[in-house]
Amino acid sequence: MSSSSSSNRLIASDASEAVRPGDSPGRNSRSSLVLENISKTFPGVQALKNVFFEVKGGEVHALIGENGAGKSTLLKILSGAHQADAGVIRINGRQVVIEDPRAARKLGIAIIYQELMLVPWLNVAHNLYLGRETHFSRGLLPLQRMVAGARDELQKIGIDLDPTVPVAELGMAEQQMVEIARALIENAQFLLMDEPTASLTEREIEILFEKIKVLRDSGVAIVYISHRLEEIQKIADRVTVLRDGEVVHSGAVADATMSDLISKMVGRPISSHFPARTPAKGQELLRVEPSPGNTRSRAVVVHAGEVVGLAGLVGAGRTDWAWRLIGAAPARGERTFLSGRPVEISSPYRARELGIGMVPENRKDHGLVLARTVRENMSMTILDRLANWCGFINLSNQSNSCSLYVDRLNIRCSSDAVECGTLSGGNQQKIVLAKWLVRDCRMIILDEPTRGIDVGTKSEMYKLINELSQDHKAIVLISSDLPELLSMSDRIYVMHLGDFVAELDARETNQEEVMHFAFGYFDRGSP
Amino acid sequence: MTDKLSSQFVTRYLSRYGSVVMLAVLVILMSFASKQFLTVDNLTNVARQVSIFAIIGAGMTFVIITAGIDLSVGSIVALSACVGMTVIDRTEMDFLGIGIGILVGALCGAANGTVVAWFRIPPFIATLAGLTVFRGLSLVITDGIPIIRFTGSFRFIGQGMIGGIPVPVIIMAIVVTATQILLRRTAFGAYVYAVGGNEEAARLSGIKVAWIKFWSYVLCGFLTGISGMILMARLSSAQPAVGEGFELDAIAAVVLGGTSLMGGRGAVWSTLIGALVIGILGNGMNLMGVHSHYQLVAKGVLIVLAVLLDNYLKKRR
Repeated sequence: MSSSSSSNRLIASDASEAVRPGDSPGRNSRSSLVLENISKTFPGVQALKNVFFEVKGGEVHALIGENGAGKSTLLKILSGAHQADAGVIRINGRQVVIEDPRAARKLGIAIIYQELMLVPWLNVAHNLYLGRETHFSRGLLPLQRMVAGARDELQKIGIDLDPTVPVAELGMAEQQMVEIARALIENAQFLLMDEPTASLTEREIEILFEKIKVLRDSGVAIVYISHRLEEIQKIADRVTVLRDGEVVHSGAVADATMSDLISKMVGRPISSHFPARTPAKGQELLRVEPSPGNTRSRAVVVHAGEVVGLAGLVGAGRTDWAWRLIGAAPARGERTFLSGRPVEISSPYRARELGIGMVPENRKDHGLVLARTVRENMSMTILDRLANWCGFINLSNQSNSCSLYVDRLNIRCSSDAVECGTLSGGNQQKIVLAKWLVRDCRMIILDEPTRGIDVGTKSEMYKLINELSQDHKAIVLISSDLPELLSMSDRIYVMHLGDFVAELDARETNQEEVMHFAFGYFDRGSP
Repeated sequence: MTDKLSSQFVTRYLSRYGSVVMLAVLVILMSFASKQFLTVDNLTNVARQVSIFAIIGAGMTFVIITAGIDLSVGSIVALSACVGMTVIDRTEMDFLGIGIGILVGALCGAANGTVVAWFRIPPFIATLAGLTVFRGLSLVITDGIPIIRFTGSFRFIGQGMIGGIPVPVIIMAIVVTATQILLRRTAFGAYVYAVGGNEEAARLSGIKVAWIKFWSYVLCGFLTGISGMILMARLSSAQPAVGEGFELDAIAAVVLGGTSLMGGRGAVWSTLIGALVIGILGNGMNLMGVHSHYQLVAKGVLIVLAVLLDNYLKKRR
């Protein structure tokens, strides 16, 4: 305990040496943050492999890659949320240890996340000094001095905001400015931005970019993570591409075309653990037409016995679409047809009655009641069928249908009376799927069904998907794992900004083509 | 290794049956502390007192398992008693009055349930409002004046005996058994656990979450109405101020039984144990001549200790 706190102090003094207080925002333009041979392994995945990454004061360095390429792991290591297994982090040439988020801040590393970390009903000045109020006073806060101080700081950075306005009344871009200002007040030399434009309008993006340029010119080092390649061309000086946890490209933005970058991001090897698929396409089961007036989006059609993949970047709207489809989120004017007949699916209950089930992306929050047993969870969807006229559950039917699927899905648990919370992720995922198998649904939506589960369970899951489609079930597979999507699907729809922009035959397309559409480049190759 | 296993076994057992252990310890302590404690008369008396809270607690258990709470039960007791007695007074039909009184309880629960399930007002706020409204209605109906009737067959459900057992105790036994079966053996019970354990997962599984919440509050109101009738019969009167603070005893019984206020876990039989703990503690302190003011303090401290113990055991598990 005492040793860790003393090393903390050491780090803190290192940081204050590197940045003399008072020279903000004119920063040391020779400041540098270097990651050397950083590796990080999570159970079952190597998230980062010998990554080298460097950013210098006065430049914007873009970091790009597919979903799951390792960007967020890298970010977490720099923020102190994770520790690297191997490798060295150097700041201004000196080796540092980032133990926790506090240490990162003291070292001058600030991260602007997609979800802003502001207190909505406190004003700008309060937010700027949040957690640092003792700077002013240990007792009552001198509000006027805080506001004046905030006004000074904002002026110094060149941000035009009234410090007395509650943050909740500001636009997204302005809130982001507050975050940036807070980072700079804390003497950040390294500003890491994770998808900063995700929720901004065109105009707001312009404002943000102007500010980023000003900061860059004043010597701040900026790491810019984004899926929007055109933005990277506009704002970044250098770009590094991560694929499968490895750096596959690093160089000046001017030297690479967008098409090159996309090609470099994709191309994960397709391993042989995908079972061969025998198409069993039958009658049309589901058709969802976009809301009238939306000419950009295509209709989605799913046939019985077919596996339809949904590709897209994180945030493209695949999960939202699935939730709207089963009535778990308010519809947006889409028209749904089931076996050719128009239907209105107003609730998950209605979806279930129509034979549509969903295995949600987040099994712990949306899939399972962790405090209840395997049997209780599995039979949750069929209690109406298990119960007799006065509501009593037929216990032997319940236990029979559950043990049938415990066996069929090879769910490893000592009995079906153990709490789901005690099981491994792979087994939990199987239980969520089993909930819909016991119901004998016509269509099952699988949202990232293999995320975070071990390789063995993954291939079991693939075999199951095949069996289900052989059994004339319709499967909608949402996955960010392109090899998985290409190998398991018959057809693939690609989503971009909430619309279905492409329909591809899974056998004829490739990862590169899918990614082009996912990034919004519709005429393959030339951006 | 075996040590570890056996200690694990003990903590698991304790965390599930901690309330039983607490009750046993209390009974043993009390029987040493007072000679009158382990007498038939005294135990019958305790059981009769406990029955009212145990019946309300059974309903409260359902609401709390859905991760809700019902603060209005004390006022529901008063309103159902006032309406029931008014009907008896006007019609001289005792069982009609009792039926309507119970119905009023269920309707109060339906009002709570509607506000919670469809208006999506947090249960704490919704039933706090119910607490005021139902109390106000009891005052309106009676004009603030208690209705007293020393005659009539209705008093049987509060004062009668069957085979030496007080009728309220028999009703309690039936209610606790029936609701425990409802919770553990029917689809409704399974839905209650699912909604409280993970509302979103329940919704995505096609469960009509709003209806499950609604019926839980209706059940709680219904059982509270039964308790209101028992109390009315025992007191031979309906007073608009009766039942104040009952919500605290009912919630305390549920919590002492180990049901989680976070929802998703719990049982009716353990609420009965919780109610017995509260009842015996009060009775024991009465026998030992502890002033009622100190009894309140002791009860509060006991609740905190019980929950602390429960949290500790759950963490060990």
